Amino acid sequence: MATVTERDPKQSYINDLERLTAKADMPDWLAKVRASGRAAFDARPWPHNKLEEWRFTDIRPITRNDFVTAVQDAGVEPDAAYLDAHRYGVDGWTELVFVDGFYAPGLSRQGNLPEGAVATGLAEAIAANHPAARKHLNQYAAGVESALVALNTAFLLDGALVHLPKNAVCEAPIHLLFLTTRGNERRAFHPRALVVLDESAEAILIETHVGAGGESFTNGVTEFVLGANSSMKRFMAVFEDEASHHLSTTRVQQLEDSRFKSHTMTAGGAIVRPELSVDLAGEGASCDLHGLYMTAGDDLVDHAIDITHTRPHCHSYIGYKGILDGESRAVYTGKVNVPPDSQQTDSNQLNQNLLLSRKATVTTKPQLEIYADDVKCTHGATIGQHPDKLVHYFRTRGIDEPTARGMLTYGFADDVVKELEVDEVRARMEDFVFNRYSPSAHRAK
Amino acid sequence: MLDVTNLHAEVENTPILKGIDLHVKPGEVHAIMGPNGSGKSTLAGVLAGNDAYEVTEGSASFLGEDLLDLPPEERARLGLFLAFQYPVEIPGISNAYFLEAALNEIRKSHDLPELSHKDFMERLQSRMELVNIDPRFADRPVNEGFSGGEKKRNEILQLAVLEPKLCIMDETDSGLDIDALRIVAEGVNKLRADDRAFVLVTHYQRLLNYIEPDFVHVLFEGRIVKSGGKELAHELEAKGYDWIKTEVAASA
Repeated sequence: MATVTERDPKQSYINDLERLTAKADMPDWLAKVRASGRAAFDARPWPHNKLEEWRFTDIRPITRNDFVTAVQDAGVEPDAAYLDAHRYGVDGWTELVFVDGFYAPGLSRQGNLPEGAVATGLAEAIAANHPAARKHLNQYAAGVESALVALNTAFLLDGALVHLPKNAVCEAPIHLLFLTTRGNERRAFHPRALVVLDESAEAILIETHVGAGGESFTNGVTEFVLGANSSMKRFMAVFEDEASHHLSTTRVQQLEDSRFKSHTMTAGGAIVRPELSVDLAGEGASCDLHGLYMTAGDDLVDHAIDITHTRPHCHSYIGYKGILDGESRAVYTGKVNVPPDSQQTDSNQLNQNLLLSRKATVTTKPQLEIYADDVKCTHGATIGQHPDKLVHYFRTRGIDEPTARGMLTYGFADDVVKELEVDEVRARMEDFVFNRYSPSAHRAK
Repeated sequence: MLDVTNLHAEVENTPILKGIDLHVKPGEVHAIMGPNGSGKSTLAGVLAGNDAYEVTEGSASFLGEDLLDLPPEERARLGLFLAFQYPVEIPGISNAYFLEAALNEIRKSHDLPELSHKDFMERLQSRMELVNIDPRFADRPVNEGFSGGEKKRNEILQLAVLEPKLCIMDETDSGLDIDALRIVAEGVNKLRADDRAFVLVTHYQRLLNYIEPDFVHVLFEGRIVKSGGKELAHELEAKGYDWIKTEVAASA
């Protein structure tokens, strides 16, 4: 009788952890952070379909393979064309490049930063004992009940640190470009970013995740700590290669009167799941979360959003749109929690999906858990195709059906793209959406 | 220009048009009037190529081409324009972008070069002035959040920009207050030309106080039962559609 031994999906990561972090020279506080990550990783289950939050997202293509954790400078150095395709190169912008999760100062550029502001590699900041890193690293991400976040924390090799001191206003965007290189084996990356805004600071952060191809697994964590009355505008683009998996967690801690405006756009990638978890932990805080996901082939994308109105008088908005083609699948979860004392909560969410193919599927779950009685909360979801009568209208004006459908798809995405406030980013995304869906149409000016 | 002969059409196996004959020459304005359910909108829809209707008999030619053989976009490129009774809302696509795309598709089909964006915008602005439409319409998504009257005016703007040869107006006047009706009618009057014809499908005689037709046809139970000059509209106004019904019944 044959026996089947269940393979432990954690084991290869544990082996890598012991190989890569044991000898590292690090301050005591970091050793403690990593150890807490390791302990949480051991204690928490590897994601599988019987866990409620993973019910519709099957990550067995990640689970059943060993992905070898990338080390610094092990891959092929990214060439100029690859870099230029994703850098913005605008005067005054700070652009930090991370290759396989490791800060590459030689490819990066410091732009105009206000006095006292820091945008640098996380390993450098840790080595320099930067107080913001020491104070905040993993303080809030630890609260996310996830083995993947714990795994990222257990590694904590490198990534980004952005810190703006009190009243610092950074008008030029800061771009964190995470790119991966192709290796000879399946590779895993654990990029980490910590973004801290002190009281009344303001910044615009662009976070781009792109892959050079090859089978890979990115397990990223970004933490935002937004001080009182601070303002963060964040644009996250996940444009992975078709064989790449991207599971990431963004944890946002908001103090009173802080504003977080977020755009998340995903296109490409085998399994892509950017989790976004916001704690409105101070009165008067607000978050506006916009999203656009574009899938094709057999992509699987899962946007898991969780907002907790910990304090009263907070505002939240979620507006996510999906465009699905091929046999792709999308999962959307928008969970808004309003505890008993969080009166005067204002929360709205809408998830709209456009199916371009009969074989594409969507699972959408806008959820409200409200325990306070004086709140204003709405939620909704739609799934549909372009109505025939709209297509007919275009045709009666001389525009053929494929062009009409392309223009309508572009129009569907338009209000999300228009919300991007940085001109260069908006133009790039408009081009992307236009070229993807309506190449035969005339270009809007 | 337009020759419709013995046209029969049905929707979901119910016959609606039962032998329409209609001949329109360049420069003419024809009004087609009739009670509700007589087949007015079906006729407009069939000519524009709405595939909800099935043509079962008869023919329709437009500028020498077999109209019924052409998909809707090719009819439009030939110069046929339908102003819809209920124009649709198109989220996310501005009026300017929509019209620029449509105009350039039409030009392309005639082997004309595409208009530059600048030339297009100049043309759009001049047409907006011509038909008395607020320039802010240009940047608004097509018909989204427009009032009924604004939607109808927007159809007139499209007509003015696209410069078709034959304009079929499907109850463009229905539901309009007098101010909006005047703007629509003035737009049509300004766009009348020797090489352009209009077919006004309407339920109400009032429109014809503002647009003077060359011919008036009465459509009843899927057939044109009476044709005449503009005086026929006044007769209809005075006597009502019951008069037609009685006449048809008597001759049956």
